[in-house]
Amino acid sequence: MSDTHSTGPFIAAIDQGTTSSRCIVFDQDGRIVSVDQKEHEQILPKPGWVEHDAAEIWTNVQLVVSGALDKAGITRSDVRALGITNQRETTLLWDKATGQPVHNALVWQDTRTDALCRELGRNVGQDRFRRETGLPLASYFAGPKIRWLLDNVDGLRERAERGELLFGTMDSWVIWNLTGGVDGGVHVTDVTNASRTMLMNLQTMEWDPKICASMGVPMEVLPEIRSSAEVYGEARGELAGVPVASALGDQQAALFGQTCYSPGEAKSTYGTGTFLLMNTGEEAVNSYNGLLTTVGYRIGNQKPVYALEGSIAVTGSLVQWMRDQMGLINSAAEIETLASSVEDNGGAYFVPAFSGLFAPYWRSDARGVIAGLTRYVTKAHLARAVLEATAWQTREIVDAMQKDSRVELSSVRVDGGMTSNNLLMQTISDFLDAPVVRPLVAETTCLGAAYAAGLAVGFWPDTDALRANWKRAAEWTPRLDVETREREYNNWLKAVQRTMGWIEEEN
Amino acid sequence: MARSIQSLERAAAVLRLLAGGERRLGLSDMASALGLAKGTTHGLIRTLQQEGFVEQDGNTGKYTLGAELLRLGNSYLDVHELRARALVWTDDLARSSGESVYLGVLHQQGVLIVHHVFRPDDSRQVLEVGAMQPLHSTALGKVLCAYDPVAHSEAFDEARGAFTDRTVTGAEQFESVLEATRARGWASDVEETWEGLASVAAPVHDRRRMPVGAVGITGAVERVCEEADTLRPRVVAAVRDCARAVSRDLGSGLSAPARA
Repeated sequence: MSDTHSTGPFIAAIDQGTTSSRCIVFDQDGRIVSVDQKEHEQILPKPGWVEHDAAEIWTNVQLVVSGALDKAGITRSDVRALGITNQRETTLLWDKATGQPVHNALVWQDTRTDALCRELGRNVGQDRFRRETGLPLASYFAGPKIRWLLDNVDGLRERAERGELLFGTMDSWVIWNLTGGVDGGVHVTDVTNASRTMLMNLQTMEWDPKICASMGVPMEVLPEIRSSAEVYGEARGELAGVPVASALGDQQAALFGQTCYSPGEAKSTYGTGTFLLMNTGEEAVNSYNGLLTTVGYRIGNQKPVYALEGSIAVTGSLVQWMRDQMGLINSAAEIETLASSVEDNGGAYFVPAFSGLFAPYWRSDARGVIAGLTRYVTKAHLARAVLEATAWQTREIVDAMQKDSRVELSSVRVDGGMTSNNLLMQTISDFLDAPVVRPLVAETTCLGAAYAAGLAVGFWPDTDALRANWKRAAEWTPRLDVETREREYNNWLKAVQRTMGWIEEEN
Repeated sequence: MARSIQSLERAAAVLRLLAGGERRLGLSDMASALGLAKGTTHGLIRTLQQEGFVEQDGNTGKYTLGAELLRLGNSYLDVHELRARALVWTDDLARSSGESVYLGVLHQQGVLIVHHVFRPDDSRQVLEVGAMQPLHSTALGKVLCAYDPVAHSEAFDEARGAFTDRTVTGAEQFESVLEATRARGWASDVEETWEGLASVAAPVHDRRRMPVGAVGITGAVERVCEEADTLRPRVVAAVRDCARAVSRDLGSGLSAPARA
């Protein structure tokens, strides 16, 4: 980037993501000084199975750290602390003595634990552990993935019970290796990552022995649960002596980087899918509207801050579908050009329930629908309906959050690739009837990890100082009249009803 | 009737041979189909290859139509693509300059603002995406007129109105402003459009070195200028850095010298 940033010291943040590992160096104003990134292989042994080679990931993490330091022209002595953010829920077991993974990591998207999750629900169903963990039994979460590995890989259960194996999500794996690995590496995870295992009790912030027993996970393999912002240990090797001082799951890191530190503040990350998180303060709010209850962050010894989470499965990927499967556009950005060529949706509504409806409906028997078609409808109207689908689904999640928390959302802070779509951002503001705000630094995930690490070592004094760093780059305010909004919302809800029950019960 | 140029006719014949479906041909097949010597045919193909109109398969050595031909018919850069590519760089410019950033393209007789980043001072600002600015008085407009012949002719066809005492309206004076812009690689507007405001802008080029837009900052004269209405060199450098970064992202200037 440009060479006008301040001189050190700096904070480095590692983002161990689903498709790549990145390292970004930030200065005291929260400005990006340098970035390095390396993709890793997506291993797809069977339909629905997704694995990563954790050894490759650790090699890449080391490469991007040196790469980012080189590009910034700095050395480890200029780095005050190192923060970690990571793809959530991806599950790894490794040998404590050799440091070698005993199997590829099972990635969050991997659905091989579907049947196991149904079995674990017994007669109660998918909410069996919701009260303690805030989560429904679903294939994303780490606990059932550990169980699958212990059940299906020869000898693992015995080795786990003998205390020879360590479990970790990617934060634990990276921190253990950074701090020395077999030679004294610390085996820890943070509260946000632990809250995605289905094994942690949200009230005590400890592993829940009963759930671990029900799930068949020996507690010997589990890391120690720590806060999101504290010094876990000192790095060895390339970064020798640098404190490793934060860990946050990627969506929680974005919430932290967007400086959503007060109850009711929310962020929405628009990528392939979309993740909305709202800070609910020191109260873990139970959801009766299909949202997840999760830990937002915990700074050192302070009380944990909770969040409600809702996700939209298909957003950026719907635009990709319009490009790759339908051939209606040549690039993702063109969806805006096409959609802007008409004034409205021409009566068409697109509900992209490609693999069922998620929050707040949770209907696996639903499939996608384009409703309201007449001869008048053109591809431009469909492009508009595509963008409106993302905006309406955002509205549905925000409505659910307001119902569960009884907190009114004042504005939504957005990040992610789709924030470059001006029409989409305006439409979201119109449909929510609330301002939509984009911050100046789009890399909120890495920034959140850097902020937490900087707080832990006193690089920044408190969250107020971080708020001062947050700058508004753009703001969209609602322009739609209430009658149109309510009429359109009603039409959308009718279209949603038409997706349900498409898949008939197979028994 | 004007005499036609033989080598152009032959080049057209090569393209027609390869046109349609997934056609791949070797050198000797093409030479015999065209009734030309292999050496002559090879010369034609090599030139077309340099221009990107023909491509050679690395394994079989056979020739196919090049991707450049497809781009010719579809060469217009989508403004939303331009915004998506410019996003990180314009954010960085807003942060380093402390001023609001605008990205503009030629649209009809003016500059269409396709991207706007707020001045990072937490004051209330309104998003100006979709607004139009005049070609002849703004820094963005002058850059477009200096580099894009279509913008140039639009500005000279239209009446150039005066917005302030400082607006340059005369044809000759305007032409010399554009010459100066090309010579130094950036344009300015010191209270020529809005009293109290000054702007700096630089051109964005695509991979074929075509001018596709202009990026710049606008701010209060006393912040953007030093004494005697000279633009602050630091601001100018930041704007030019940003324009080059966006151009690089669009694939321009792969062999151009590194930024100053």
